[in-house]
Amino acid sequence: MSVGLGLIGRVLGGALFAGAWPLLAHATSAQALVSQGNGRGAPPCQSCHGADGAGQAAAGFPRLAGLDAAYLARQLADYAGGTRADAVMQPIARALSGDERQAVAAYYGRLPMPTIRQAPRPAANGPGATLATRGRWSRRLPACEQCHGPGGVGVGPHFPPLAGQPAAYIQAQLKAWRRGTRRNDPLQLMQHVSRALSDGDMAAVAQWFAAQPLPARSGGR
Amino acid sequence: MTLRLPLLLVATLALGACTGDGPLDAHAADTTAPTSASPAFAPPPESAIPQGPYGDMVRLGREIFLHTRANAPGYVGNGLACVNCHLDAGRLADSAPLWGAYGMYPQYRKKNRHVNSYGERLQGCFRYSMNGKAPPLDDKVIVALETYSFWMAQGAPLGRKLQGAGYPDVPAPARPADYARGQAVFQRDCALCHGADGQGQKVAGAYVFPPLWGSDSFNWGAGMHELDKAAAFIKANMPLGRGGLLSDQEAWDVAMFMDAHERPQDPRFNGDLAATRKAFHDTPMSLYGRRVNGHLLGAQPAH
Repeated sequence: MSVGLGLIGRVLGGALFAGAWPLLAHATSAQALVSQGNGRGAPPCQSCHGADGAGQAAAGFPRLAGLDAAYLARQLADYAGGTRADAVMQPIARALSGDERQAVAAYYGRLPMPTIRQAPRPAANGPGATLATRGRWSRRLPACEQCHGPGGVGVGPHFPPLAGQPAAYIQAQLKAWRRGTRRNDPLQLMQHVSRALSDGDMAAVAQWFAAQPLPARSGGR
Repeated sequence: MTLRLPLLLVATLALGACTGDGPLDAHAADTTAPTSASPAFAPPPESAIPQGPYGDMVRLGREIFLHTRANAPGYVGNGLACVNCHLDAGRLADSAPLWGAYGMYPQYRKKNRHVNSYGERLQGCFRYSMNGKAPPLDDKVIVALETYSFWMAQGAPLGRKLQGAGYPDVPAPARPADYARGQAVFQRDCALCHGADGQGQKVAGAYVFPPLWGSDSFNWGAGMHELDKAAAFIKANMPLGRGGLLSDQEAWDVAMFMDAHERPQDPRFNGDLAATRKAFHDTPMSLYGRRVNGHLLGAQPAH
Protein backbone atom coordinates (compact mmCIF):
# COMPACT_ATOMS: atom_id res chain seq x y z
CA MET A 1 0.00 0.00 0.00
CA SER A 2 2.04 2.77 -1.26
CA VAL A 3 -0.34 5.47 -0.64
CA GLY A 4 -0.44 8.19 1.82
CA LEU A 5 -2.62 6.75 4.46
CA GLY A 6 -1.02 8.96 6.99
CA LEU A 7 -2.70 12.17 6.13
CA ILE A 8 -3.70 12.82 9.66
CA GLY A 9 -4.55 16.41 9.17
CA ARG A 10 -6.96 15.61 6.41
CA VAL A 11 -8.55 12.87 8.38
CA LEU A 12 -9.08 15.09 11.37
CA GLY A 13 -10.40 17.81 9.17
CA GLY A 14 -12.83 15.38 7.65
CA ALA A 15 -13.94 14.21 11.05
CA LEU A 16 -14.67 17.73 12.15
CA PHE A 17 -16.53 18.33 8.95
CA ALA A 18 -18.57 15.23 9.59
CA GLY A 19 -19.50 16.33 13.04
CA ALA A 20 -20.67 19.63 11.74
CA TRP A 21 -22.94 18.08 9.17
CA PRO A 22 -26.32 17.24 10.62
CA LEU A 23 -27.47 14.44 8.37
CA LEU A 24 -29.25 11.19 8.90
CA ALA A 25 -27.52 8.64 11.05
CA HIS A 26 -26.84 6.56 7.96
CA ALA A 27 -25.18 9.43 6.21
CA THR A 28 -23.20 10.34 9.30
CA SER A 29 -21.86 6.85 9.50
CA ALA A 30 -20.80 7.02 5.87
CA GLN A 31 -19.09 10.30 6.66
CA ALA A 32 -17.26 8.64 9.51
CA LEU A 33 -16.16 5.77 7.31
CA VAL A 34 -14.85 8.17 4.73
CA SER A 35 -13.04 10.37 7.19
CA GLN A 36 -12.02 7.91 9.93
CA GLY A 37 -12.34 4.40 8.60
CA ASN A 38 -14.23 1.75 10.48
CA GLY A 39 -11.64 0.74 13.07
CA ARG A 40 -11.69 -2.81 11.79
CA GLY A 41 -9.08 -2.57 9.11
CA ALA A 42 -10.69 -0.17 6.66
CA PRO A 43 -8.74 3.10 6.59
CA PRO A 44 -10.44 6.40 5.79
CA CYS A 45 -11.42 6.47 2.11
CA GLN A 46 -10.47 10.11 1.86
CA SER A 47 -6.84 9.48 2.66
CA CYS A 48 -6.46 8.35 -0.94
CA HIS A 49 -9.60 9.50 -2.71
CA GLY A 50 -9.74 12.91 -1.07
CA ALA A 51 -12.29 14.58 1.14
CA ASP A 52 -13.97 15.93 -1.97
CA GLY A 53 -13.73 12.55 -3.72
CA ALA A 54 -11.51 13.97 -6.45
CA GLY A 55 -8.84 11.27 -6.18
CA GLN A 56 -5.15 11.97 -6.72
CA ALA A 57 -4.01 12.12 -10.28
CA ALA A 58 -0.30 11.82 -9.56
CA ALA A 59 -0.79 8.61 -7.59
CA GLY A 60 -3.40 7.19 -9.96
CA PHE A 61 -6.19 7.18 -7.36
CA PRO A 62 -9.49 7.64 -9.18
CA ARG A 63 -12.17 10.20 -8.62
CA LEU A 64 -15.20 8.78 -6.84
CA ALA A 65 -17.30 11.91 -6.39
CA GLY A 66 -20.34 11.91 -8.59
CA LEU A 67 -19.91 8.36 -9.85
CA ASP A 68 -23.00 6.18 -10.01
CA ALA A 69 -23.57 4.75 -6.54
CA ALA A 70 -24.60 1.34 -7.84
CA TYR A 71 -21.40 1.17 -9.85
CA LEU A 72 -19.30 2.05 -6.81
CA ALA A 73 -21.08 -0.47 -4.61
CA ARG A 74 -20.55 -3.20 -7.15
CA GLN A 75 -16.85 -2.41 -7.40
CA LEU A 76 -16.47 -2.77 -3.64
CA ALA A 77 -18.36 -6.05 -3.74
CA ASP A 78 -16.18 -7.27 -6.58
CA TYR A 79 -12.98 -6.30 -4.79
CA ALA A 80 -14.22 -8.29 -1.83
CA GLY A 81 -15.26 -11.19 -4.01
CA GLY A 82 -12.03 -11.23 -6.01
CA THR A 83 -13.25 -10.50 -9.54
CA ARG A 84 -11.48 -7.16 -9.28
CA ALA A 85 -8.08 -8.02 -7.87
CA ASP A 86 -6.11 -5.20 -6.30
CA ALA A 87 -3.56 -5.35 -3.48
CA VAL A 88 -4.75 -2.11 -1.90
CA MET A 89 -8.50 -2.22 -2.35
CA GLN A 90 -9.23 -5.90 -1.73
CA PRO A 91 -8.33 -5.90 1.98
CA ILE A 92 -10.18 -2.64 2.44
CA ALA A 93 -13.33 -3.89 0.76
CA ARG A 94 -13.17 -7.10 2.78
CA ALA A 95 -12.89 -5.09 5.98
CA LEU A 96 -16.15 -3.29 5.17
CA SER A 97 -19.53 -4.83 5.85
CA GLY A 98 -22.09 -4.96 3.08
CA ASP A 99 -23.96 -2.06 4.66
CA GLU A 100 -20.78 -0.05 4.95
CA ARG A 101 -19.98 -0.60 1.27
CA GLN A 102 -23.43 0.59 0.31
CA ALA A 103 -23.11 3.59 2.59
CA VAL A 104 -19.78 4.83 1.23
CA ALA A 105 -20.93 4.20 -2.35
CA ALA A 106 -24.03 6.29 -1.78
CA TYR A 107 -21.95 8.94 -0.04
CA TYR A 108 -19.52 9.38 -2.92
CA GLY A 109 -22.30 9.11 -5.47
CA ARG A 110 -23.96 12.13 -3.89
CA LEU A 111 -20.88 14.33 -3.71
CA PRO A 112 -20.78 17.22 -6.17
CA MET A 113 -18.39 17.09 -9.08
CA PRO A 114 -15.02 18.19 -7.70
CA THR A 115 -12.65 20.62 -9.28
CA ILE A 116 -9.71 18.85 -10.79
CA ARG A 117 -6.70 20.16 -12.58
CA GLN A 118 -7.10 19.27 -16.21
CA ALA A 119 -4.33 17.20 -17.72
CA PRO A 120 -2.83 18.66 -20.89
CA ARG A 121 -4.93 17.80 -23.89
CA PRO A 122 -3.37 15.48 -26.47
CA ALA A 123 -3.67 16.14 -30.19
CA ALA A 124 -7.22 15.94 -31.53
CA ASN A 125 -6.02 13.80 -34.42
CA GLY A 126 -3.77 11.53 -32.36
CA PRO A 127 -4.25 7.83 -31.69
CA GLY A 128 -5.94 8.41 -28.33
CA ALA A 129 -8.55 10.69 -29.82
CA THR A 130 -9.22 8.32 -32.67
CA LEU A 131 -9.69 5.30 -30.42
CA ALA A 132 -11.90 7.32 -28.09
CA THR A 133 -14.19 8.79 -30.70
CA ARG A 134 -14.06 6.39 -33.64
CA GLY A 135 -12.60 3.12 -32.41
CA ARG A 136 -10.62 0.80 -34.60
CA TRP A 137 -13.07 -1.29 -36.52
CA SER A 138 -10.40 -3.24 -38.36
CA ARG A 139 -9.96 -4.92 -34.97
CA ARG A 140 -13.69 -4.79 -34.24
CA LEU A 141 -13.07 -2.16 -31.63
CA PRO A 142 -15.93 0.26 -31.07
CA ALA A 143 -15.11 3.79 -30.00
CA CYS A 144 -14.79 4.14 -26.22
CA GLU A 145 -17.43 6.87 -26.38
CA GLN A 146 -19.97 4.48 -27.86
CA CYS A 147 -20.42 3.00 -24.39
CA HIS A 148 -18.85 5.52 -22.00
CA GLY A 149 -20.67 8.46 -23.57
CA PRO A 150 -19.53 11.60 -25.37
CA GLY A 151 -16.26 12.80 -23.85
CA GLY A 152 -16.29 9.73 -21.60
CA VAL A 153 -18.77 11.24 -19.15
CA GLY A 154 -20.18 7.84 -18.20
CA VAL A 155 -23.54 6.20 -18.87
CA GLY A 156 -25.68 4.73 -16.13
CA PRO A 157 -24.52 2.14 -13.62
CA HIS A 158 -22.53 -0.03 -16.01
CA PHE A 159 -20.35 2.37 -18.00
CA PRO A 160 -18.36 4.54 -15.59
CA PRO A 161 -16.97 7.95 -16.46
CA LEU A 162 -13.47 8.11 -17.90
CA ALA A 163 -13.38 11.89 -18.24
CA GLY A 164 -10.84 13.44 -15.91
CA GLN A 165 -9.80 10.15 -14.33
CA PRO A 166 -6.04 9.88 -13.81
CA ALA A 167 -4.28 8.53 -16.90
CA ALA A 168 -2.35 6.13 -14.67
CA TYR A 169 -5.62 4.73 -13.33
CA ILE A 170 -7.22 4.22 -16.74
CA GLN A 171 -4.07 2.59 -18.06
CA ALA A 172 -3.79 0.31 -15.04
CA GLN A 173 -7.38 -0.85 -15.48
CA LEU A 174 -6.88 -1.62 -19.17
CA LYS A 175 -3.85 -3.71 -18.26
CA ALA A 176 -5.73 -5.44 -15.46
CA TRP A 177 -8.46 -6.47 -17.89
CA ARG A 178 -5.92 -7.72 -20.37
CA ARG A 179 -4.14 -9.69 -17.65
CA GLY A 180 -7.40 -11.00 -16.29
CA THR A 181 -6.88 -9.65 -12.78
CA ARG A 182 -9.95 -7.49 -13.36
CA ARG A 183 -12.81 -9.45 -14.77
CA ASN A 184 -15.94 -7.89 -13.34
CA ASP A 185 -17.07 -6.20 -16.55
CA PRO A 186 -20.56 -7.03 -17.76
CA LEU A 187 -20.58 -9.32 -20.79
CA GLN A 188 -16.75 -9.31 -20.74
CA LEU A 189 -16.80 -6.13 -22.76
CA MET A 190 -13.61 -4.65 -21.44
CA GLN A 191 -11.68 -7.90 -21.39
CA HIS A 192 -12.33 -8.14 -25.09
CA VAL A 193 -11.48 -4.51 -25.78
CA SER A 194 -8.25 -4.65 -23.79
CA ARG A 195 -6.92 -7.56 -25.81
CA ALA A 196 -7.14 -5.54 -28.99
CA LEU A 197 -5.07 -2.67 -27.57
CA SER A 198 -1.29 -2.33 -27.52
CA ASP A 199 0.53 -0.74 -24.58
CA GLY A 200 0.90 2.39 -26.68
CA ASP A 201 -2.82 2.45 -27.44
CA MET A 202 -3.60 2.14 -23.75
CA ALA A 203 -1.33 5.03 -22.85
CA ALA A 204 -2.73 7.20 -25.61
CA VAL A 205 -6.36 6.62 -24.82
CA ALA A 206 -5.75 7.04 -21.08
CA GLN A 207 -4.10 10.39 -21.67
CA TRP A 208 -6.96 11.44 -23.91
CA PHE A 209 -9.64 10.78 -21.34
CA ALA A 210 -7.59 12.18 -18.46
CA ALA A 211 -7.68 15.49 -20.32
CA GLN A 212 -11.44 15.55 -20.93
CA PRO A 213 -13.47 17.91 -18.76
CA LEU A 214 -15.77 16.56 -16.08
CA PRO A 215 -19.44 16.86 -16.90
CA ALA A 216 -21.70 18.97 -14.76
CA ARG A 217 -23.00 15.65 -13.55
CA SER A 218 -22.42 12.12 -14.76
CA GLY A 219 -25.42 10.06 -15.35
CA GLY A 220 -27.60 7.69 -17.18
CA ARG A 221 -30.72 8.31 -19.07
CA MET B 1 -6.76 -17.16 -16.25
CA THR B 2 -8.46 -18.05 -19.23
CA LEU B 3 -11.42 -16.08 -19.66
CA ARG B 4 -13.62 -17.33 -22.15
CA LEU B 5 -15.19 -14.16 -23.14
CA PRO B 6 -18.51 -15.48 -23.70
CA LEU B 7 -20.98 -13.43 -25.11
CA LEU B 8 -20.75 -10.03 -25.12
CA LEU B 9 -23.76 -9.07 -26.42
CA VAL B 10 -24.14 -5.83 -25.63
CA ALA B 11 -26.41 -4.23 -27.47
CA THR B 12 -28.45 -6.07 -29.51
CA LEU B 13 -29.27 -3.98 -32.01
CA ALA B 14 -29.27 -0.81 -33.08
CA LEU B 15 -31.52 0.11 -35.61
CA GLY B 16 -32.92 -0.15 -38.78
CA ALA B 17 -31.73 -0.53 -42.10
CA CYS B 18 -33.33 2.24 -43.70
CA THR B 19 -35.98 0.86 -45.85
CA GLY B 20 -36.56 -1.87 -48.14
CA ASP B 21 -34.44 -3.79 -50.41
CA GLY B 22 -31.29 -2.09 -51.63
CA PRO B 23 -27.85 -2.81 -50.41
CA LEU B 24 -27.99 0.21 -48.24
CA ASP B 25 -30.03 -1.94 -46.00
CA ALA B 26 -30.01 -5.54 -45.56
CA HIS B 27 -29.95 -7.01 -48.96
CA ALA B 28 -28.74 -6.41 -52.39
CA ALA B 29 -30.98 -5.68 -55.25
CA ASP B 30 -33.13 -8.46 -56.55
CA THR B 31 -31.01 -8.97 -59.60
CA THR B 32 -27.67 -9.00 -57.91
CA ALA B 33 -27.59 -11.91 -55.55
CA PRO B 34 -24.21 -12.25 -53.90
CA THR B 35 -21.92 -14.75 -55.50
CA SER B 36 -18.49 -16.07 -54.79
CA ALA B 37 -17.37 -13.80 -57.57
CA SER B 38 -18.29 -10.71 -55.60
CA PRO B 39 -15.28 -8.42 -55.80
CA ALA B 40 -13.52 -7.34 -52.65
CA PHE B 41 -13.20 -3.65 -51.94
CA ALA B 42 -11.75 -1.45 -49.24
CA PRO B 43 -12.66 2.21 -48.90
CA PRO B 44 -9.90 4.82 -48.75
CA PRO B 45 -8.70 5.89 -45.30
CA GLU B 46 -10.30 9.00 -43.87
CA SER B 47 -6.91 10.65 -43.88
CA ALA B 48 -7.21 10.67 -47.68
CA ILE B 49 -10.17 13.06 -47.67
CA PRO B 50 -8.80 16.02 -49.60
CA GLN B 51 -8.70 19.65 -48.53
CA GLY B 52 -10.94 22.14 -50.29
CA PRO B 53 -14.65 22.42 -51.01
CA TYR B 54 -15.05 18.82 -52.20
CA GLY B 55 -13.33 17.44 -49.11
CA ASP B 56 -15.41 19.76 -46.96
CA MET B 57 -18.57 18.23 -48.41
CA VAL B 58 -17.23 14.71 -47.79
CA ARG B 59 -16.57 15.64 -44.17
CA LEU B 60 -20.00 17.19 -43.81
CA GLY B 61 -21.52 13.95 -45.06
CA ARG B 62 -19.52 12.02 -42.50
CA GLU B 63 -20.68 14.33 -39.71
CA ILE B 64 -24.31 13.96 -40.80
CA PHE B 65 -23.81 10.22 -40.79
CA LEU B 66 -22.33 10.19 -37.29
CA HIS B 67 -24.47 12.88 -35.66
CA THR B 68 -27.57 12.91 -37.75
CA ARG B 69 -29.94 14.95 -35.64
CA ALA B 70 -27.39 17.67 -34.95
CA ASN B 71 -26.35 17.99 -38.58
CA ALA B 72 -29.62 17.39 -40.39
CA PRO B 73 -32.05 19.27 -38.17
CA GLY B 74 -35.59 19.24 -39.41
CA TYR B 75 -35.27 15.91 -41.17
CA VAL B 76 -34.88 13.60 -38.17
CA GLY B 77 -37.92 12.56 -36.16
CA ASN B 78 -36.44 10.10 -33.70
CA GLY B 79 -33.39 9.38 -31.57
CA LEU B 80 -31.39 7.48 -34.14
CA ALA B 81 -28.35 8.24 -36.27
CA CYS B 82 -27.24 6.68 -39.55
CA VAL B 83 -24.24 5.12 -37.80
CA ASN B 84 -26.47 3.08 -35.50
CA CYS B 85 -27.09 0.60 -38.31
CA HIS B 86 -24.12 1.35 -40.55
CA LEU B 87 -21.19 0.99 -38.19
CA ASP B 88 -17.88 2.81 -38.36
CA ALA B 89 -19.40 5.81 -40.09
CA GLY B 90 -20.73 3.62 -42.89
CA ARG B 91 -17.37 2.00 -43.59
CA LEU B 92 -17.70 -1.44 -41.98
CA ALA B 93 -18.17 -4.50 -44.18
CA ASP B 94 -21.31 -6.55 -43.41
CA SER B 95 -22.82 -3.47 -41.81
CA ALA B 96 -24.43 -2.15 -44.99
CA PRO B 97 -21.45 0.06 -45.85
CA LEU B 98 -21.99 3.08 -48.08
CA TRP B 99 -19.30 1.88 -50.48
CA GLY B 100 -21.36 -1.24 -51.06
CA ALA B 101 -24.51 0.71 -51.81
CA TYR B 102 -23.38 3.66 -53.87
CA GLY B 103 -22.54 1.81 -57.06
CA MET B 104 -25.84 -0.11 -57.06
CA TYR B 105 -27.96 2.92 -57.96
CA PRO B 106 -30.01 3.88 -59.91
CA GLN B 107 -31.95 0.73 -59.16
CA TYR B 108 -35.50 -0.54 -59.54
CA ARG B 109 -37.01 -1.14 -56.10
CA LYS B 110 -40.03 -3.23 -55.34
CA LYS B 111 -40.61 -1.04 -52.33
CA ASN B 112 -41.90 1.81 -54.44
CA ARG B 113 -42.03 0.17 -57.85
CA HIS B 114 -39.86 2.54 -59.78
CA VAL B 115 -36.23 3.25 -60.51
CA ASN B 116 -34.66 5.06 -57.58
CA SER B 117 -31.63 7.30 -57.69
CA TYR B 118 -29.17 7.03 -54.82
CA GLY B 119 -30.52 10.33 -53.55
CA GLU B 120 -34.05 8.98 -53.46
CA ARG B 121 -32.77 5.96 -51.60
CA LEU B 122 -31.24 8.26 -48.98
CA GLN B 123 -34.56 10.11 -48.73
CA GLY B 124 -36.17 6.81 -47.78
CA CYS B 125 -33.77 6.48 -44.85
CA PHE B 126 -34.97 9.81 -43.48
CA ARG B 127 -38.63 9.05 -44.04
CA TYR B 128 -38.61 5.59 -42.48
CA SER B 129 -35.53 4.73 -40.45
CA MET B 130 -35.19 8.26 -39.10
CA ASN B 131 -38.98 8.65 -38.86
CA GLY B 132 -38.54 12.14 -40.25
CA LYS B 133 -38.92 14.11 -43.45
CA ALA B 134 -37.15 13.47 -46.72
CA PRO B 135 -34.73 16.29 -47.53
CA PRO B 136 -35.17 17.61 -51.08
CA LEU B 137 -32.77 15.97 -53.51
CA ASP B 138 -30.82 19.18 -53.93
CA ASP B 139 -30.67 19.83 -50.19
CA LYS B 140 -27.19 20.05 -48.75
CA VAL B 141 -27.94 17.06 -46.51
CA ILE B 142 -28.50 14.78 -49.49
CA VAL B 143 -25.64 16.30 -51.48
CA ALA B 144 -23.27 15.79 -48.55
CA LEU B 145 -24.32 12.18 -47.97
CA GLU B 146 -24.01 11.45 -51.69
CA THR B 147 -20.59 13.07 -51.78
CA TYR B 148 -19.43 11.10 -48.75
CA SER B 149 -20.68 7.86 -50.34
CA PHE B 150 -19.11 8.66 -53.70
CA TRP B 151 -15.79 9.42 -52.07
CA MET B 152 -15.89 6.18 -50.10
CA ALA B 153 -16.79 4.12 -53.18
CA GLN B 154 -14.09 5.51 -55.44
CA GLY B 155 -12.51 2.72 -57.44
CA ALA B 156 -15.30 0.22 -56.76
CA PRO B 157 -16.93 -1.44 -59.76
CA LEU B 158 -20.37 -0.13 -60.69
CA GLY B 159 -23.44 -2.34 -60.55
CA ARG B 160 -21.82 -5.32 -58.85
CA LYS B 161 -22.49 -6.50 -55.37
CA LEU B 162 -19.24 -6.26 -53.44
CA GLN B 163 -18.10 -8.57 -50.68
CA GLY B 164 -19.31 -7.09 -47.42
CA ALA B 165 -22.15 -5.08 -48.98
CA GLY B 166 -25.45 -5.14 -47.11
CA TYR B 167 -25.84 -7.48 -44.16
CA PRO B 168 -25.07 -11.16 -44.68
CA ASP B 169 -28.18 -13.31 -44.84
CA VAL B 170 -28.77 -15.53 -41.84
CA PRO B 171 -30.09 -18.97 -42.80
CA ALA B 172 -33.69 -19.62 -41.88
CA PRO B 173 -33.79 -20.90 -38.31
CA ALA B 174 -34.48 -24.49 -37.39
CA ARG B 175 -37.41 -23.37 -35.25
CA PRO B 176 -39.68 -20.44 -36.08
CA ALA B 177 -38.51 -17.22 -34.46
CA ASP B 178 -39.96 -17.04 -30.97
CA TYR B 179 -40.83 -14.04 -28.81
CA ALA B 180 -40.15 -15.67 -25.46
CA ARG B 181 -36.77 -17.05 -26.48
CA GLY B 182 -35.95 -13.69 -28.03
CA GLN B 183 -36.87 -11.95 -24.82
CA ALA B 184 -34.44 -14.16 -22.93
CA VAL B 185 -31.66 -13.33 -25.38
CA PHE B 186 -32.53 -9.66 -25.08
CA GLN B 187 -32.37 -9.66 -21.32
CA ARG B 188 -29.11 -11.58 -21.29
CA ASP B 189 -27.19 -9.76 -23.97
CA CYS B 190 -28.92 -6.56 -25.06
CA ALA B 191 -30.55 -4.91 -22.07
CA LEU B 192 -27.21 -3.84 -20.61
CA CYS B 193 -26.95 -1.14 -23.26
CA HIS B 194 -30.41 -0.79 -24.77
CA GLY B 195 -32.14 -0.92 -21.38
CA ALA B 196 -34.55 -3.48 -19.99
CA ASP B 197 -37.33 -1.57 -21.75
CA GLY B 198 -35.44 -1.32 -25.06
CA GLN B 199 -35.53 2.45 -24.92
CA GLY B 200 -31.79 2.99 -25.04
CA GLN B 201 -29.81 5.20 -22.72
CA LYS B 202 -29.18 8.92 -22.91
CA VAL B 203 -26.59 11.34 -21.61
CA ALA B 204 -27.42 15.03 -21.45
CA GLY B 205 -30.52 14.50 -23.54
CA ALA B 206 -28.81 12.65 -26.38
CA TYR B 207 -28.90 8.92 -26.97
CA VAL B 208 -25.71 6.97 -26.42
CA PHE B 209 -27.45 3.62 -26.92
CA PRO B 210 -30.32 3.78 -29.42
CA PRO B 211 -33.93 2.90 -28.66
CA LEU B 212 -35.08 -0.26 -30.42
CA TRP B 213 -38.79 0.42 -30.45
CA GLY B 214 -41.20 3.09 -29.27
CA SER B 215 -41.58 6.70 -30.31
CA ASP B 216 -37.87 7.46 -30.73
CA SER B 217 -37.06 4.45 -32.89
CA PHE B 218 -37.49 3.61 -36.58
CA ASN B 219 -41.03 3.45 -37.90
CA TRP B 220 -43.07 0.60 -39.38
CA GLY B 221 -41.87 1.48 -42.85
CA ALA B 222 -38.17 0.91 -42.10
CA GLY B 223 -36.42 -2.16 -43.43
CA MET B 224 -35.21 -3.07 -39.96
CA HIS B 225 -38.76 -3.90 -38.93
CA GLU B 226 -38.52 -6.98 -41.17
CA LEU B 227 -37.28 -10.07 -39.38
CA ASP B 228 -34.71 -11.22 -41.91
CA LYS B 229 -33.07 -7.82 -42.11
CA ALA B 230 -33.00 -7.38 -38.36
CA ALA B 231 -31.63 -10.88 -37.82
CA ALA B 232 -28.94 -10.20 -40.43
CA PHE B 233 -27.89 -6.94 -38.83
CA ILE B 234 -27.89 -8.41 -35.35
CA LYS B 235 -26.01 -11.54 -36.25
CA ALA B 236 -23.23 -9.67 -38.01
CA ASN B 237 -22.93 -6.66 -35.75
CA MET B 238 -24.29 -7.19 -32.26
CA PRO B 239 -23.12 -7.14 -29.55
CA LEU B 240 -21.23 -4.07 -30.58
CA GLY B 241 -17.72 -5.14 -31.53
CA ARG B 242 -18.53 -8.84 -31.11
CA GLY B 243 -20.62 -9.58 -34.16
CA GLY B 244 -21.17 -13.24 -34.91
CA LEU B 245 -21.44 -14.39 -31.33
CA LEU B 246 -25.16 -15.09 -31.38
CA SER B 247 -26.32 -18.30 -32.95
CA ASP B 248 -28.50 -18.00 -36.03
CA GLN B 249 -31.48 -19.07 -33.95
CA GLU B 250 -30.76 -16.47 -31.28
CA ALA B 251 -30.43 -13.75 -33.91
CA TRP B 252 -33.83 -14.60 -35.39
CA ASP B 253 -35.45 -14.92 -31.98
CA VAL B 254 -34.20 -11.60 -30.68
CA ALA B 255 -35.04 -9.90 -33.98
CA MET B 256 -38.58 -11.19 -33.58
CA PHE B 257 -38.71 -9.90 -30.00
CA MET B 258 -37.55 -6.45 -31.09
CA ASP B 259 -39.87 -6.26 -34.08
CA ALA B 260 -42.91 -7.41 -32.11
CA HIS B 261 -43.03 -4.07 -30.29
CA GLU B 262 -44.88 -0.94 -31.30
CA ARG B 263 -43.07 1.84 -33.12
CA PRO B 264 -44.16 4.92 -35.05
CA GLN B 265 -46.69 4.42 -37.81
CA ASP B 266 -45.68 3.74 -41.39
CA PRO B 267 -46.06 7.14 -43.07
CA ARG B 268 -47.85 5.36 -45.93
CA PHE B 269 -50.61 4.18 -43.56
CA ASN B 270 -53.89 4.71 -45.35
CA GLY B 271 -56.26 4.43 -42.40
CA ASP B 272 -56.74 0.68 -42.72
CA LEU B 273 -54.16 -1.54 -41.09
CA ALA B 274 -54.94 -4.66 -43.08
CA ALA B 275 -54.98 -2.76 -46.36
CA THR B 276 -51.71 -1.02 -45.52
CA ARG B 277 -50.16 -4.35 -44.69
CA LYS B 278 -51.39 -5.77 -47.96
CA ALA B 279 -50.06 -2.84 -49.93
CA PHE B 280 -46.62 -2.49 -48.32
CA HIS B 281 -45.88 -5.35 -45.95
CA ASP B 282 -47.22 -8.44 -47.63
CA THR B 283 -44.42 -10.69 -46.43
CA PRO B 284 -43.99 -13.15 -43.59
CA MET B 285 -40.94 -11.11 -42.58
CA SER B 286 -43.19 -8.27 -41.38
CA LEU B 287 -45.21 -8.44 -38.17
CA TYR B 288 -47.05 -5.22 -39.05
CA GLY B 289 -50.77 -5.87 -38.86
CA ARG B 290 -50.16 -9.22 -37.19
CA ARG B 291 -51.22 -10.14 -33.69
CA VAL B 292 -48.44 -11.05 -31.26
CA ASN B 293 -49.17 -11.86 -27.61
CA GLY B 294 -52.66 -10.52 -28.09
CA HIS B 295 -51.56 -7.16 -29.46
CA LEU B 296 -52.28 -6.14 -33.03
CA LEU B 297 -49.01 -4.56 -34.16
CA GLY B 298 -49.42 -1.25 -35.91
CA ALA B 299 -52.83 -0.65 -34.32
CA GLN B 300 -51.47 1.57 -31.58
CA PRO B 301 -48.31 3.00 -33.04
CA ALA B 302 -45.94 4.91 -30.81
CA HIS B 303 -46.09 8.69 -30.97
